[in-house]
Amino acid sequence: MADRSHIKGSLDAGSGSSSGKLTPSYLDPDYRVFGDGMTYKSVTDKVTDIVLKLKTSKGWWLGFGISFMALQVLVISIIYLLIKGPGIWGVNNPSMWGFAIINFVWWIGIGHAGTLISAILLLVQQDWRTSINRFAEAMTVFAVMCAGLFPLLHVGRPWLAYWMLPYPSTMGIWPQFRSPLLWDVFAISTYLTVSVLFWYLGLVPDLATLRDRAVKKAKKVIYGFLALGWRGSAKHWDRFTTAYLILAGLSTPLVLSVHSIVSLDFAVSNLPGWHTTIFPPYFVAGAVYSGFAMVLTVMIPVRHVFGLHDILTLRHLNNMSKVMLAMGLVVAYGYAMEAFFAFYSGGQYEIQAFQNRVFGPYGWSYWALILCNVAIPQLLWFRRFRVTLVPLWMISNIINIGMWLERYVIVITLTRDFMTSSWGYYVPTIWDWSLYLGTFGLFFTCTFLFIRFLPMINVFEMRELIHHVKHHEHHDKAGHGTEVEVSH
Amino acid sequence: MSHEQETHRPESYGMIAEFDSPETLMAAAEKTRDAGYSRIDAYSSFPIEGMVEALGQKRTGLPKLILLFGFIGMCTGLFLQGWTAASNLGITIGPYMFYGYSMNIGGRPMLSFPNFIPVTFELTILFSALAAFFGTFILSKLPMPYHPLFNSERFSLASQDKFFLCIEARDPQYEKGKTEEFLEGLNPDSIEEIGH
Repeated sequence: MADRSHIKGSLDAGSGSSSGKLTPSYLDPDYRVFGDGMTYKSVTDKVTDIVLKLKTSKGWWLGFGISFMALQVLVISIIYLLIKGPGIWGVNNPSMWGFAIINFVWWIGIGHAGTLISAILLLVQQDWRTSINRFAEAMTVFAVMCAGLFPLLHVGRPWLAYWMLPYPSTMGIWPQFRSPLLWDVFAISTYLTVSVLFWYLGLVPDLATLRDRAVKKAKKVIYGFLALGWRGSAKHWDRFTTAYLILAGLSTPLVLSVHSIVSLDFAVSNLPGWHTTIFPPYFVAGAVYSGFAMVLTVMIPVRHVFGLHDILTLRHLNNMSKVMLAMGLVVAYGYAMEAFFAFYSGGQYEIQAFQNRVFGPYGWSYWALILCNVAIPQLLWFRRFRVTLVPLWMISNIINIGMWLERYVIVITLTRDFMTSSWGYYVPTIWDWSLYLGTFGLFFTCTFLFIRFLPMINVFEMRELIHHVKHHEHHDKAGHGTEVEVSH
Repeated sequence: MSHEQETHRPESYGMIAEFDSPETLMAAAEKTRDAGYSRIDAYSSFPIEGMVEALGQKRTGLPKLILLFGFIGMCTGLFLQGWTAASNLGITIGPYMFYGYSMNIGGRPMLSFPNFIPVTFELTILFSALAAFFGTFILSKLPMPYHPLFNSERFSLASQDKFFLCIEARDPQYEKGKTEEFLEGLNPDSIEEIGH
């Protein structure tokens, strides 16, 4: 939205052009954001046909079937948990947080890429985001749903979870507003609400397109209902773009606040290894890191299956890899500083906590984390790994695992606190694993339904982008014309 | 006003002209505005910058509304926490009386503002976002399941790849023959009168 006419692909300025003159990067064949000859019509047809015309493929049924079965694992795990209580998990005293918190932080982090792509890249006018933002926003919503489950179940009696909300109760007391765990309640619920609003707002014009292109009565009615009667009036677009831009502006600090607050769950407590000021920034960087990795993990196969090579170009993969690499370096810096300040503090508990982390009974997880998050992603320095699908997909998966291990390493610090007499050991049970697996079921079931029933590419923004590029090409040619004249 | 509209209800909703590109639509909108038409609207499948000005209309006041709600959200957050966590103040709402319940947590001051920042911040964002979302639709009088424009077959392309300019029948200058002639002068791809 806003004024994008002056964008010259600042991410790639200089490197994009071989002839040395300042070419808008999307005119350079290597860096284009969509394929040749895309028009308003062809991009509309391509995306909406996936929803309206394409026959449901066997691959979709297979993927949906597996996800749906995994979703049943979630249902069973939750039912058994509600019957038996959190004792079925491996959590113990002193290690009271276990998988629930690891997975919570991990899923929330995955969600953050969606907001980053849709909001922050919109504000800094990175046009290439257009074809991936819808998908990433959907992922945000689904990932936050998965994340929200864990603290809810971890409280032990989820049916009393409403006690965390500030409502006037007969008990006469109110929530404890000085606790980071309560900040979490506000942060996560606000984040979910804003993500859903942002996603739906962006969907409305595309739902109107689906309504107008649908042939079958039922589809016309359903998409028509969801499109709220959108007709693309200039006045409506004016409000829409204003609201969209402001929502992006609101989401940007929101996403930073959410993961900062999540990190304060740890950092506010007086525990060695947790009580550090570096947590908020390094949690946010980690969230973006894992989020981009998850977007790539999901999008590379989708791009292949639906033949979206014209819309999701190599430039998208290249740029996402670069963001991932940058975030990986921030995270690596975080690990280095954790080590440095553990010793610099001179506190024996801090030093001992760090030594435990690296050489203790869970030392393997620390080294696996360094391998997954710091060592292997350095391959992304090479262009070949950024634009070759299979290695890139594998690296993203490795980063997903690495980021999960990071939270594992942090949470597991609990097992050894100040007194040796209270040291313990944490082993997840099958129910920890089944609940974790089950949330993948929830996530991917939603993702498959989304792919099948909603436009996974933001069509109206693609049309807008095509308009801008056409406009630019026009100006570009005119500009060169004058240049020639002047030189004569 | 409403009475007048009912008695002099125009026979049709208006007349639409179809264009092929945002540029031609924009030029047509400017000409229509300059010709003195005021009840006009442009329809496109993506936002076109400067279209509202080309139609001679004002930009939306939505940002002010969002700011207002953001401020209300902030006040709500501060009041909620200040009241419930730092005072024993009783507030009567209808037949009920609600009391704050000040708690000493770790010897911190009752009004411990640094601790209150996160919730205040989140509520500011939440209220602003709700205002942005609902403001967009309520100010645009959406959802509106039926609209006369949906009667047009061609108009379904407005959400795809065509661009439409509409002169509404309630425009004081609207006269069927003259308006049609005027629209034809703009070189549209098609012209259609829209019934109610």
